[in-house]
Amino acid sequence: MGIPTRHFDALIIGAGGAGLNAALQLAGADLRVAVVSKVFPTRSHTVAAQGGVNAALANVLPDSWHWHMFDTVKGSDYLGDQDAIEFMCREAIPTVYELEHAGVPFSRLDDGKIYQRAFGGQSQNFGGDQAARTCAAADRTGHAILHTLYQQNIRARTHFFDEFFAIDLVRDAEGVICGALVLEIETGEPLLIESKATLLATGGWGQVFRTTSNAHINTGDGAAMALRAGIPLMDMEFFQFHPTGIAGKGMLITEGTRGEGGYLINKDGERFMERYAPRAKDLASRDVVSRAIVTEVKEGRGCGENGDYVMLKLDHLGEAVISKRLPGIRESSQIFAGVDPVIEPIPVFPTAHYAMGGIPTDRFGRVAMPAGHGSEEVVVGLYAAGECACASVHGANRLGGNSLLDILVFGRLAGKDIIEYVRENPYQRTVDSASLEQAMGRLRRWEHKGEGPTVQQLRADFRKCMEDHAGVFRTEEIMAEGYNKLCELRDRLPEVRLTDQSKVFNTARIEALELENMMDVGMSIAVSALHRQESRGAHSRPDYPARDDQTWLKHSLYYREGDRMDYKPVRTKPLTVESFPPKERVY
Amino acid sequence: MNDASRQASDTELEIRRLRWQCRRGMLELDHLLDRFLDLGYRDLDPAQRLAFVRLLGEQDQRLSDWFMSRTEPPDSELRRLVRHIVDVVRERRGGSVDLHG
Repeated sequence: MGIPTRHFDALIIGAGGAGLNAALQLAGADLRVAVVSKVFPTRSHTVAAQGGVNAALANVLPDSWHWHMFDTVKGSDYLGDQDAIEFMCREAIPTVYELEHAGVPFSRLDDGKIYQRAFGGQSQNFGGDQAARTCAAADRTGHAILHTLYQQNIRARTHFFDEFFAIDLVRDAEGVICGALVLEIETGEPLLIESKATLLATGGWGQVFRTTSNAHINTGDGAAMALRAGIPLMDMEFFQFHPTGIAGKGMLITEGTRGEGGYLINKDGERFMERYAPRAKDLASRDVVSRAIVTEVKEGRGCGENGDYVMLKLDHLGEAVISKRLPGIRESSQIFAGVDPVIEPIPVFPTAHYAMGGIPTDRFGRVAMPAGHGSEEVVVGLYAAGECACASVHGANRLGGNSLLDILVFGRLAGKDIIEYVRENPYQRTVDSASLEQAMGRLRRWEHKGEGPTVQQLRADFRKCMEDHAGVFRTEEIMAEGYNKLCELRDRLPEVRLTDQSKVFNTARIEALELENMMDVGMSIAVSALHRQESRGAHSRPDYPARDDQTWLKHSLYYREGDRMDYKPVRTKPLTVESFPPKERVY
Repeated sequence: MNDASRQASDTELEIRRLRWQCRRGMLELDHLLDRFLDLGYRDLDPAQRLAFVRLLGEQDQRLSDWFMSRTEPPDSELRRLVRHIVDVVRERRGGSVDLHG
């Protein structure tokens, strides 16, 4: 077909923390590694991670990987795989030291050791006193890690394809993944990258919801590529929402605002959290506060012209407290909400923050899926790591400080496993022409001319539908209605037309391809959520308010074909220690 | 094509090239830069346009610090531009929030 082709030992799609840490292992082992990124690598969403990385270094307070493991299993509401969690908590320690040696400027204690801060959900001695487990580089840990890894990759001669958009995976005649078709954004020309192993590290998909804290790039491209390749997505119903994002915009307003005495009010000026959580009030858990906000809006007590948000009141704290204890909140509110919190309240609504589910992998980053008769099979040649993957360490809810840890540990381990895989499989397989043709078809579809809805129109309808029907408020009725609406929107997708058919820097075409990805991934969330009839972690059902271990202590698997659901057991047996049996979660 | 329409068409081509550079790792920057490209870029003079391109070449964390007034850009041209972008993009409250921006 005459498509230009390049060959590499390994192809990595995505240049955030997971992709770059994997690339560094590979380049360090003298493999030829290509990293494809739709934006310049240091503009990946990892840069927005402020918090830090958990590792039981015990530099500030006593700690052990085993306590870290306990906290993570409990935080996951027992849906996390305990072998993967043990592995991650053990590997956290060498991973952080490796980053330190690579040059990440971690904050230090007076004795020179890495400083560690305390975060919610961290305990000593299996649920005892507060632990201090999070290693941070001031309040810009993600930035520091991303830049260090990028510089190290440049030094190791990783080949970067910056501003290339991945279209689809390609296979050989036996179905083995052997690279991907990508698109150079500047020229609009396709390029086939053939590789012996391919790693998906494309990050999350917060953009499927109208209100999200995620950057515009987070459109679930890798997860959608996996779906189209026939691979299921796991535990997609588990999505973490932060209760206070700036309404209609999504930027986070830190929980510290409520910790300092800020509180939520509805259009009548009522402090409504007193009704939902009489004791904890505005400091109740994230899911309780999020659902209360949505309930106020649904029952007509929302603020503004459309009654679709509530207000966070801070002015009673005074200018000094706001400026000193809540830095950045005033600027952020003024710029994005047009209000000065010293004088008036901030319009807020729950904002989609983090995806716990994703492409199912084992603890070496190898994509694995059911092969019938209860067994699992590795998808040969394909790996996934980072937020797009689900090694199942977060289960139904993620702990603060465990997301950077996840991307770094499993990026690193995927890199190491790929080295072995390429040694054992040194020959490049031949891409099947039908597979390539299918990928090209995805591009050509957008050359259809004529009248039809626009990408922007469908995108706005879709994201609103996801927010209303698959967001924080999940009853059978709301979700079933949402599924029908999403099916209608999906049926409209083939009618969408681009008015601009040019090639050079045609970002409208990229946005169209992203919309396709978002709609596939969004549907996986909606269908998985509709089926899970219990409340667990971030998945909260008013019509099934209790956790049901008898029926639902299992992972969801969503297949794109026929919106089919399947399930597989949670791996409750750790690698070397005793299991933590499910218990009621009390903090 | 007369001079005015040629200039306008060149500007649209520039905007098209710059659009993808406004895709960043932080939502705050996406919002500020992308909105400014639509609302304010056309009104910049040639020197200011060059400064905007220079601004896009900066690291995300640095840009975030500048926009959120944690630090200031090193030169006066970028300082002025950062203030101008914030001023153009800043949400104005007229009784309701623009929920679809």
